[in-house]
Amino acid sequence: MAIGQPNQSTEEETTETEDPDDDIVMSVEDARVQFGMSRGQAWVLNDVSLDVRREEILAVVGESGSGKSMFAAALMDAVEDPGHLSGDVTYYPREDESDDAPSTDQIGSYDAVGDDSIDVLGMSEGELSNFRWEEVSMVFQGAMNSFNPTMKIKGHFHETIQAHNAVLDERMEHVRDLFEALHLDPDRVMNSYPHELSGGMKQRALIALALVLEPEVLVMDEPTAALDLLMQRSIISMLRELRDEFELTIVFITHDLPLVAGLSDRIGVMYSFEFIEVGDTRSLLKDAAHPYTRALLRSVPSIDSNIDEMQPIEGARPDPVNIPTGCSFHPRCPIADDRCEIEDPDLVSVDEDHETACFYSDQARNELDYSLDHGTTED
Amino acid sequence: MSTDEPTADDVTVDDAAVDEAATDAPDDEPILSLDDVNVHYTPGGVVKRALTDKKVRAVDGVSFDLYDNDIVVLVGESGCGKTTLGKTAIGLEQPTSGSISYRGQDIWDAKDNPRDADIEFTEIRRAMQIIHQDPANALNSSRRVKAILSDPLKKYRTELGPKEREDTIYRFLEFVDMMPPEDYAERYPHQLSGGEKQRIALGRALLMNPDVILADEAISALDVSLRVGMMDLILDLQETFDTSYVFISHDLANARYLAKRAGGRIAIMYLGEIVEIGPPEEILQNPTHPYTKVLKWSTPTVDPDLAKQRIKEDPPVREVDVPDPEDPPSGCKFHTRCPEAREVCTQEEPERFDTAGESDAACFRALETHEYWNSAELADAEQDEYDAQDSSTFGD
Repeated sequence: MAIGQPNQSTEEETTETEDPDDDIVMSVEDARVQFGMSRGQAWVLNDVSLDVRREEILAVVGESGSGKSMFAAALMDAVEDPGHLSGDVTYYPREDESDDAPSTDQIGSYDAVGDDSIDVLGMSEGELSNFRWEEVSMVFQGAMNSFNPTMKIKGHFHETIQAHNAVLDERMEHVRDLFEALHLDPDRVMNSYPHELSGGMKQRALIALALVLEPEVLVMDEPTAALDLLMQRSIISMLRELRDEFELTIVFITHDLPLVAGLSDRIGVMYSFEFIEVGDTRSLLKDAAHPYTRALLRSVPSIDSNIDEMQPIEGARPDPVNIPTGCSFHPRCPIADDRCEIEDPDLVSVDEDHETACFYSDQARNELDYSLDHGTTED
Repeated sequence: MSTDEPTADDVTVDDAAVDEAATDAPDDEPILSLDDVNVHYTPGGVVKRALTDKKVRAVDGVSFDLYDNDIVVLVGESGCGKTTLGKTAIGLEQPTSGSISYRGQDIWDAKDNPRDADIEFTEIRRAMQIIHQDPANALNSSRRVKAILSDPLKKYRTELGPKEREDTIYRFLEFVDMMPPEDYAERYPHQLSGGEKQRIALGRALLMNPDVILADEAISALDVSLRVGMMDLILDLQETFDTSYVFISHDLANARYLAKRAGGRIAIMYLGEIVEIGPPEEILQNPTHPYTKVLKWSTPTVDPDLAKQRIKEDPPVREVDVPDPEDPPSGCKFHTRCPEAREVCTQEEPERFDTAGESDAACFRALETHEYWNSAELADAEQDEYDAQDSSTFGD
């Protein structure tokens, strides 16, 4: 098994993520996923590098076909054939795990090689199946389809716990805590069949199921998309509480920028299969540095934005088989020039904890306006 | 009707009735008028139906008027009956009771007694069209754009020859910015992007020259960055073609955008009823009905400072889950979740009252003098009971 000593990043500017320290729970380096299609090679993840920090809520925002779900799959080495994932994905387990989590002895039969970092892509099938759920767990969109309709909710929990050789009583005790945090009645929900629960209850039960083995990282792919507004908002509020109570790291993948404005600590914006801007939520939303992010903020109506300034983004999203040369946003970018057509910009730091992949971020900030102000006061 | 817009004039069927109505003040005579409309379903199979008389009141006593060049956006959670109401409004579903009139002619009377009808049923059906949520499934994948757009013209504009039909289609494609039109006309649906497909679906409805279009979540399937563009196109076309829209949405932010730009109204639905209807700023800034406040709470804001604040706020409901529509609560249907509910709300059902502001709301709180204000508060007394019954309450 290859040892996950991540390659040093080639971009000099990304200083703060040079050395994997305690702060980081997963690091992705130069991950690329390609599919062979009849029309040619399709890139669905294009040399993506990003660190996920411990106990943060990281929102990955992108439109459909931007590669955001592929990034989630890469975190768990779950890219499906014929897709091929290359690069490095490294996981850093918590060091003092034995102190605060008494149950770790049943978790993890794979070898944690050497300096407590784990190379996810080098794992065998058996190691992977333990790694998933015990260390990194995932919740998908549309909980309705994830449960077996002929099995009670309880059965799903038992099955999962037994498959991972964990102690049943102890885990079920943990489930009670989880249900409480998610405002679910353990006795009623456990003894129900999936069809007896509402969509929101099923989705919450699924979140509890994903957390039953106390993973460090929870990856959620559009977890609230199929739900009603009120349930969506309630789950968002619960996620923050869950993170604090169970010391979780959450990677939240969505197309809905307003949804994560209050939830996330950091936001990574994906366009054309790579991150074009990553930063602290407040800094990124208040003063976005990439022309795409600025255009996106101007095109998404929110409940109190100024509707007179709303404008769609011109042009169409790029074809995965035929990604534009240079900066992939240049055909739609109002300030692009010759350099953007040839050279692909790397992520560079623009503010503290805020990076963007644009040569002209200063110009973008000056010339491309958007406002988060309330348009409601003026008429 | 705008005569200074050549594109529209060419595409639109000359219709004296439209001209006449458009010159009138908009609130003169409604184009579409719903009066106490009910749509009830009997759920279950043959056996269940025989054994129980339970009914789902998908639409329960709804009345509203739609005028020329008007937009009403129906907003509500899934299962609140907004699609059923929309389909009933344009005559695709027959109501259990109540009447729907198109320009004064009862739609279902026109169908049942064609001899007495002033306006024929087929004419009414032409005048009211629908756009579905997912454009990919609404277009026949084995027919070219030209063939798809020819259908309405062949059926309703029989005076046009093949060449004129083609010209009309090209003019429409140019109008919705699908250039060059000769190229787009020869394409199959799979050669179009999602936004382009939705524009074709919209065009197919518009070429019927309808008075009313029901757009059922017509932008939900599009990429977020394209939604504003699609809504702007709908508004442009509304101005040019004099069409009124009933727009169905679950998203208050999009509803606000559309209703505010068009000067229309937002109607909030809950369990088959319109609980509040009014101009968008009134609904959002000064909501009267507690359920409208819930929807507002649920809609996230993009301003990070505000959002951080709001995420800590508790939801303004006593219970997150919607009650069983087969067995709706007595009195005001919202009283089981309403934080303001009092004793009287469990017994008496509020009508839609004029509020102090510009909206109408079905809540006793809209009236300054009502026995509600002297009624016993419900929130505390029943709180424990709800906690015990259903775990998903926010009891604290």
